[in-house]
Amino acid sequence: MDELGLYAVPVFILLIVIWGGAKRTDIFESFKEGAGEGIASLLSIAPAIIGLIIAVNMLSASGFFDIVCNLLSPVTEKAGIPSEIIPMALMRPVSGSGSFAILNSIFEKYSPDSEIGKIASVMAGSTETTFYAIAVYFGAVSIKKTSYAVPAALIADLTGMIMAVITVKYL
Amino acid sequence: MLGYIWMFMIIVSFFCSVITGNIENLAISITEGADKAIKLLLSMAGVMCLWTGIMKIADKSGLTALLAKLLSPVLCRLMPDYEKGSEALQAVAANITANFLGLGNAATPLGIKAMKEMTKHNSNDTPNNSMIMFVVLNTASMQLIPSTIAALRHAAGSEQPYSILVYIWVSSAAALIAGIISAKLFGLWRKNG
Repeated sequence: MDELGLYAVPVFILLIVIWGGAKRTDIFESFKEGAGEGIASLLSIAPAIIGLIIAVNMLSASGFFDIVCNLLSPVTEKAGIPSEIIPMALMRPVSGSGSFAILNSIFEKYSPDSEIGKIASVMAGSTETTFYAIAVYFGAVSIKKTSYAVPAALIADLTGMIMAVITVKYL
Repeated sequence: MLGYIWMFMIIVSFFCSVITGNIENLAISITEGADKAIKLLLSMAGVMCLWTGIMKIADKSGLTALLAKLLSPVLCRLMPDYEKGSEALQAVAANITANFLGLGNAATPLGIKAMKEMTKHNSNDTPNNSMIMFVVLNTASMQLIPSTIAALRHAAGSEQPYSILVYIWVSSAAALIAGIISAKLFGLWRKNG
Protein backbone atom coordinates (compact mmCIF):
# COMPACT_ATOMS: atom_id res chain seq x y z
CA MET A 1 0.00 0.00 0.00
CA ASP A 2 2.88 2.34 0.78
CA GLU A 3 4.17 2.01 -2.79
CA LEU A 4 0.78 2.80 -4.26
CA GLY A 5 0.91 6.15 -2.48
CA LEU A 6 4.35 6.70 -3.94
CA TYR A 7 3.19 6.19 -7.53
CA ALA A 8 -0.04 8.11 -7.09
CA VAL A 9 1.70 11.47 -6.71
CA PRO A 10 3.73 11.72 -9.95
CA VAL A 11 0.98 10.01 -11.97
CA PHE A 12 -1.60 12.40 -10.59
CA ILE A 13 0.51 15.49 -11.36
CA LEU A 14 1.16 14.16 -14.87
CA LEU A 15 -2.55 13.63 -15.51
CA ILE A 16 -3.48 17.11 -14.26
CA VAL A 17 -0.83 18.75 -16.44
CA ILE A 18 -1.87 16.77 -19.56
CA TRP A 19 -5.56 17.45 -18.89
CA GLY A 20 -4.86 21.16 -18.38
CA GLY A 21 -2.78 21.31 -21.54
CA ALA A 22 -5.45 19.51 -23.57
CA LYS A 23 -8.05 21.99 -22.32
CA ARG A 24 -5.80 24.85 -23.47
CA THR A 25 -5.43 26.20 -19.95
CA ASP A 26 -2.40 28.35 -19.28
CA ILE A 27 -1.08 25.75 -16.89
CA PHE A 28 1.98 27.59 -15.62
CA GLU A 29 0.04 30.80 -14.96
CA SER A 30 -2.55 28.74 -13.06
CA PHE A 31 0.17 26.98 -11.10
CA LYS A 32 1.72 30.29 -10.10
CA GLU A 33 -1.63 31.67 -9.02
CA GLY A 34 -2.33 28.59 -6.92
CA ALA A 35 1.13 28.49 -5.39
CA GLY A 36 0.72 32.15 -4.44
CA GLU A 37 -2.52 31.28 -2.68
CA GLY A 38 -0.64 28.50 -0.89
CA ILE A 39 1.81 31.07 0.49
CA ALA A 40 -1.10 33.30 1.51
CA SER A 41 -2.92 30.49 3.31
CA LEU A 42 0.25 29.39 5.06
CA LEU A 43 0.77 32.98 6.24
CA SER A 44 -2.78 33.12 7.51
CA ILE A 45 -2.36 29.98 9.64
CA ALA A 46 1.19 30.91 10.75
CA PRO A 47 0.26 32.92 13.89
CA ALA A 48 -1.97 30.12 15.21
CA ILE A 49 0.66 27.48 14.39
CA ILE A 50 3.37 29.47 16.20
CA GLY A 51 1.25 29.95 19.32
CA LEU A 52 0.13 26.34 19.43
CA ILE A 53 3.53 24.82 18.75
CA ILE A 54 4.95 26.84 21.64
CA ALA A 55 2.17 25.56 23.91
CA VAL A 56 2.49 21.93 22.73
CA ASN A 57 6.27 22.12 23.10
CA MET A 58 5.78 23.35 26.67
CA LEU A 59 3.33 20.56 27.42
CA SER A 60 5.69 18.00 26.04
CA ALA A 61 8.71 19.35 27.97
CA SER A 62 6.70 19.50 31.19
CA GLY A 63 6.03 15.77 31.07
CA PHE A 64 2.28 16.27 30.64
CA PHE A 65 1.97 13.87 27.70
CA ASP A 66 3.90 11.19 29.60
CA ILE A 67 1.55 11.54 32.57
CA VAL A 68 -1.55 11.36 30.34
CA CYS A 69 -0.19 8.39 28.41
CA ASN A 70 0.59 6.51 31.61
CA LEU A 71 -2.91 7.14 32.88
CA LEU A 72 -4.51 6.07 29.61
CA SER A 73 -2.29 3.13 28.73
CA PRO A 74 -4.28 0.42 30.61
CA VAL A 75 -7.33 1.30 28.48
CA THR A 76 -5.62 2.01 25.19
CA GLU A 77 -3.37 -1.05 25.34
CA LYS A 78 -6.41 -3.29 25.47
CA ALA A 79 -7.84 -1.53 22.43
CA GLY A 80 -4.51 -1.78 20.62
CA ILE A 81 -4.19 2.00 20.22
CA PRO A 82 -0.92 3.75 21.07
CA SER A 83 -1.84 6.08 23.95
CA GLU A 84 0.39 8.85 22.57
CA ILE A 85 -2.26 9.42 19.91
CA ILE A 86 -5.14 10.20 22.30
CA PRO A 87 -4.21 13.87 22.95
CA MET A 88 -4.16 14.50 19.19
CA ALA A 89 -7.47 12.70 18.69
CA LEU A 90 -9.06 14.89 21.37
CA MET A 91 -7.66 18.08 19.85
CA ARG A 92 -8.56 17.22 16.23
CA PRO A 93 -12.30 18.16 16.21
CA VAL A 94 -11.58 21.46 17.98
CA SER A 95 -8.51 22.91 16.30
CA GLY A 96 -6.70 21.98 13.11
CA SER A 97 -3.54 23.91 13.99
CA GLY A 98 -3.56 22.45 17.51
CA SER A 99 -3.79 18.89 16.24
CA PHE A 100 -1.04 19.53 13.69
CA ALA A 101 1.17 20.85 16.50
CA ILE A 102 0.60 17.63 18.49
CA LEU A 103 1.07 15.53 15.33
CA ASN A 104 4.41 17.25 14.85
CA SER A 105 5.47 16.42 18.41
CA ILE A 106 4.56 12.75 17.76
CA PHE A 107 6.72 12.84 14.60
CA GLU A 108 9.63 14.26 16.58
CA LYS A 109 9.38 11.58 19.23
CA TYR A 110 8.68 8.52 17.06
CA SER A 111 9.49 9.54 13.44
CA PRO A 112 6.75 10.00 10.82
CA ASP A 113 7.47 6.59 9.26
CA SER A 114 6.95 4.60 12.48
CA GLU A 115 3.64 2.83 13.08
CA ILE A 116 2.54 5.47 15.60
CA GLY A 117 3.59 8.23 13.21
CA LYS A 118 1.56 6.67 10.42
CA ILE A 119 -1.54 6.06 12.54
CA ALA A 120 -1.40 9.66 13.77
CA SER A 121 -1.01 10.93 10.18
CA VAL A 122 -3.98 8.91 8.96
CA MET A 123 -6.09 10.01 11.92
CA ALA A 124 -5.36 13.67 11.28
CA GLY A 125 -5.90 13.24 7.54
CA SER A 126 -9.21 11.40 7.66
CA THR A 127 -11.03 13.60 10.18
CA GLU A 128 -11.91 17.28 10.19
CA THR A 129 -12.09 20.25 12.51
CA THR A 130 -15.70 19.29 13.22
CA PHE A 131 -16.69 21.91 15.81
CA TYR A 132 -15.12 24.69 13.78
CA ALA A 133 -16.98 23.68 10.61
CA ILE A 134 -20.29 23.40 12.44
CA ALA A 135 -19.77 26.81 14.07
CA VAL A 136 -18.82 28.49 10.77
CA TYR A 137 -21.59 27.02 8.62
CA PHE A 138 -24.50 27.31 11.04
CA GLY A 139 -23.14 30.63 12.30
CA ALA A 140 -23.16 32.02 8.74
CA VAL A 141 -26.95 31.61 8.58
CA SER A 142 -27.52 32.46 12.28
CA ILE A 143 -28.83 29.03 13.24
CA LYS A 144 -28.24 28.28 16.90
CA LYS A 145 -30.09 24.95 17.18
CA THR A 146 -27.89 22.46 15.40
CA SER A 147 -30.19 19.48 16.02
CA TYR A 148 -28.30 16.20 15.45
CA ALA A 149 -25.40 17.71 13.46
CA VAL A 150 -22.85 17.31 16.29
CA PRO A 151 -23.54 13.63 17.14
CA ALA A 152 -23.65 12.62 13.45
CA ALA A 153 -20.38 14.44 12.72
CA LEU A 154 -18.69 12.96 15.78
CA ILE A 155 -19.74 9.43 14.75
CA ALA A 156 -17.99 10.12 11.43
CA ASP A 157 -14.85 11.35 13.23
CA LEU A 158 -14.80 8.37 15.56
CA THR A 159 -15.14 6.01 12.58
CA GLY A 160 -12.23 7.76 10.84
CA MET A 161 -10.07 7.42 13.95
CA ILE A 162 -10.82 3.73 14.47
CA MET A 163 -10.24 3.08 10.76
CA ALA A 164 -6.89 4.87 10.97
CA VAL A 165 -5.66 2.30 13.47
CA ILE A 166 -7.15 -0.63 11.52
CA THR A 167 -5.86 0.41 8.07
CA VAL A 168 -2.29 1.11 9.19
CA LYS A 169 -2.09 -2.09 11.23
CA TYR A 170 -3.79 -4.54 8.89
CA LEU A 171 -3.98 -3.16 5.34
CA MET B 1 -12.74 28.25 22.71
CA LEU B 2 -9.19 27.94 21.44
CA GLY B 3 -8.20 30.77 23.78
CA TYR B 4 -9.20 28.68 26.79
CA ILE B 5 -7.41 25.61 25.46
CA TRP B 6 -4.25 27.62 24.93
CA MET B 7 -4.44 29.06 28.44
CA PHE B 8 -5.08 25.58 29.81
CA MET B 9 -2.05 24.16 27.98
CA ILE B 10 0.27 26.84 29.36
CA ILE B 11 -1.02 26.61 32.94
CA VAL B 12 -0.98 22.80 32.92
CA SER B 13 2.53 22.61 31.54
CA PHE B 14 3.75 24.94 34.30
CA PHE B 15 2.27 22.81 37.06
CA CYS B 16 3.29 19.53 35.44
CA SER B 17 6.87 20.68 35.17
CA VAL B 18 6.87 21.72 38.84
CA ILE B 19 5.58 18.25 39.83
CA THR B 20 7.99 16.33 37.59
CA GLY B 21 10.89 18.68 38.40
CA ASN B 22 11.24 19.70 34.75
CA ILE B 23 11.09 23.47 35.14
CA GLU B 24 14.43 23.92 33.42
CA ASN B 25 13.27 21.97 30.36
CA LEU B 26 10.10 24.03 30.31
CA ALA B 27 12.06 27.28 30.23
CA ILE B 28 14.09 26.06 27.26
CA SER B 29 11.02 24.65 25.48
CA ILE B 30 9.33 28.07 25.19
CA THR B 31 12.00 29.70 23.04
CA GLU B 32 12.66 26.41 21.30
CA GLY B 33 8.97 26.10 20.39
CA ALA B 34 8.84 29.54 18.80
CA ASP B 35 11.94 28.79 16.78
CA LYS B 36 10.67 25.36 15.78
CA ALA B 37 7.34 26.76 14.58
CA ILE B 38 8.92 29.04 12.00
CA LYS B 39 11.28 26.34 10.77
CA LEU B 40 8.32 24.00 10.45
CA LEU B 41 6.28 26.52 8.48
CA LEU B 42 9.22 27.15 6.13
CA SER B 43 9.83 23.48 5.49
CA MET B 44 6.11 22.91 4.89
CA ALA B 45 5.76 25.85 2.51
CA GLY B 46 7.17 24.23 -0.62
CA VAL B 47 4.97 21.13 -0.49
CA MET B 48 1.87 23.17 0.34
CA CYS B 49 2.45 25.54 -2.58
CA LEU B 50 3.12 22.62 -4.90
CA TRP B 51 -0.37 21.24 -4.22
CA THR B 52 -2.26 24.51 -4.20
CA GLY B 53 -0.56 25.20 -7.54
CA ILE B 54 -1.39 21.81 -9.08
CA MET B 55 -4.98 21.96 -7.83
CA LYS B 56 -5.34 25.44 -9.33
CA ILE B 57 -4.53 23.92 -12.74
CA ALA B 58 -7.27 21.33 -12.11
CA ASP B 59 -9.66 24.10 -11.16
CA LYS B 60 -8.90 26.41 -14.11
CA SER B 61 -9.03 23.61 -16.66
CA GLY B 62 -12.60 22.73 -15.70
CA LEU B 63 -11.92 19.59 -13.67
CA THR B 64 -13.67 21.09 -10.65
CA ALA B 65 -16.78 21.87 -12.69
CA LEU B 66 -16.76 18.37 -14.21
CA LEU B 67 -16.50 16.68 -10.80
CA ALA B 68 -19.26 18.89 -9.43
CA LYS B 69 -21.48 17.84 -12.31
CA LEU B 70 -20.75 14.14 -11.74
CA LEU B 71 -21.58 14.62 -8.08
CA SER B 72 -24.97 16.24 -8.52
CA PRO B 73 -27.12 13.06 -8.94
CA VAL B 74 -25.68 11.73 -5.67
CA LEU B 75 -26.24 15.02 -3.88
CA CYS B 76 -29.91 15.33 -4.70
CA ARG B 77 -30.46 11.88 -3.18
CA LEU B 78 -28.62 12.94 -0.02
CA MET B 79 -30.40 16.30 0.19
CA PRO B 80 -33.96 15.65 -0.96
CA ASP B 81 -35.23 19.03 0.30
CA TYR B 82 -33.66 20.64 -2.78
CA GLU B 83 -34.18 20.00 -6.47
CA LYS B 84 -31.50 18.88 -8.88
CA GLY B 85 -29.91 21.88 -10.57
CA SER B 86 -31.09 24.31 -7.87
CA GLU B 87 -28.76 27.14 -6.82
CA ALA B 88 -28.38 25.50 -3.42
CA LEU B 89 -27.23 22.12 -4.76
CA GLN B 90 -24.88 23.75 -7.25
CA ALA B 91 -23.16 25.61 -4.42
CA VAL B 92 -23.06 22.39 -2.39
CA ALA B 93 -21.43 20.50 -5.28
CA ALA B 94 -18.87 23.27 -5.81
CA ASN B 95 -17.99 23.27 -2.10
CA ILE B 96 -17.58 19.50 -1.86
CA THR B 97 -15.44 19.36 -5.00
CA ALA B 98 -13.23 22.19 -3.71
CA ASN B 99 -12.76 20.29 -0.44
CA PHE B 100 -11.98 17.11 -2.35
CA LEU B 101 -9.26 18.82 -4.37
CA GLY B 102 -7.89 20.60 -1.30
CA LEU B 103 -8.84 24.10 -2.48
CA GLY B 104 -9.45 25.09 1.13
CA ASN B 105 -9.55 28.84 0.51
CA ALA B 106 -12.29 28.45 -2.07
CA ALA B 107 -14.25 25.80 -0.17
CA THR B 108 -15.36 27.80 2.87
CA PRO B 109 -16.96 30.75 0.99
CA LEU B 110 -18.70 28.26 -1.33
CA GLY B 111 -19.96 26.35 1.69
CA ILE B 112 -21.31 29.52 3.30
CA LYS B 113 -23.01 30.40 0.02
CA ALA B 114 -24.57 26.91 -0.03
CA MET B 115 -25.88 27.33 3.51
CA LYS B 116 -27.39 30.72 2.62
CA GLU B 117 -29.10 29.29 -0.48
CA MET B 118 -30.43 26.38 1.55
CA THR B 119 -31.79 28.69 4.26
CA LYS B 120 -33.99 30.45 1.68
CA HIS B 121 -36.19 27.35 1.60
CA ASN B 122 -36.17 26.78 5.31
CA SER B 123 -38.29 29.11 7.41
CA ASN B 124 -37.69 27.32 10.73
CA ASP B 125 -35.02 28.31 13.20
CA THR B 126 -33.81 24.71 13.13
CA PRO B 127 -31.93 23.36 10.12
CA ASN B 128 -33.69 20.85 7.83
CA ASN B 129 -32.22 17.39 7.28
CA SER B 130 -30.48 18.43 4.06
CA MET B 131 -28.67 21.31 5.75
CA ILE B 132 -27.43 19.00 8.48
CA MET B 133 -26.38 16.45 5.86
CA PHE B 134 -24.37 19.16 4.11
CA VAL B 135 -22.55 20.17 7.31
CA VAL B 136 -21.87 16.52 8.15
CA LEU B 137 -20.44 15.98 4.64
CA ASN B 138 -18.15 18.93 5.31
CA THR B 139 -16.96 17.65 8.67
CA ALA B 140 -16.20 14.26 7.12
CA SER B 141 -14.92 15.53 3.80
CA MET B 142 -12.49 13.52 1.71
CA GLN B 143 -9.35 15.04 0.31
CA LEU B 144 -7.62 13.55 -2.73
CA ILE B 145 -4.14 14.69 -1.68
CA PRO B 146 -3.89 15.45 2.06
CA SER B 147 -1.23 18.09 1.38
CA THR B 148 -0.89 19.53 4.90
CA ILE B 149 -0.21 16.08 6.35
CA ALA B 150 2.25 15.31 3.55
CA ALA B 151 3.99 18.66 4.11
CA LEU B 152 4.20 18.05 7.85
CA ARG B 153 5.58 14.54 7.32
CA HIS B 154 8.13 15.87 4.85
CA ALA B 155 9.16 18.61 7.31
CA ALA B 156 9.68 15.99 10.01
CA GLY B 157 12.09 14.09 7.77
CA SER B 158 9.82 11.33 6.47
CA GLU B 159 11.33 9.20 3.71
CA GLN B 160 7.89 8.62 2.23
CA PRO B 161 5.59 11.54 3.02
CA TYR B 162 2.84 10.08 0.78
CA SER B 163 2.98 6.49 2.02
CA ILE B 164 -0.15 7.13 4.10
CA LEU B 165 -2.23 8.16 1.09
CA VAL B 166 -4.20 4.94 0.60
CA TYR B 167 -4.86 4.53 4.34
CA ILE B 168 -6.21 8.07 4.47
CA TRP B 169 -8.48 7.43 1.47
CA VAL B 170 -9.91 4.27 3.04
CA SER B 171 -10.33 5.78 6.52
CA SER B 172 -11.90 9.00 5.33
CA ALA B 173 -14.25 7.13 2.98
CA ALA B 174 -15.36 5.02 5.95
CA ALA B 175 -15.82 8.18 8.05
CA LEU B 176 -17.85 9.77 5.25
CA ILE B 177 -20.12 6.73 4.91
CA ALA B 178 -20.59 6.55 8.69
CA GLY B 179 -21.48 10.25 8.72
CA ILE B 180 -24.02 9.87 5.90
CA ILE B 181 -25.67 6.81 7.47
CA SER B 182 -25.90 8.35 10.93
CA ALA B 183 -27.24 11.66 9.56
CA LYS B 184 -29.90 9.75 7.58
CA LEU B 185 -30.88 7.66 10.61
CA PHE B 186 -31.03 10.68 12.95
CA GLY B 187 -33.11 12.44 10.29
CA LEU B 188 -35.64 9.62 10.06
CA TRP B 189 -35.77 9.38 13.82
CA ARG B 190 -36.46 13.13 14.13
CA LYS B 191 -39.27 12.93 11.57
CA ASN B 192 -40.98 10.07 13.39
CA GLY B 193 -40.25 11.18 16.94
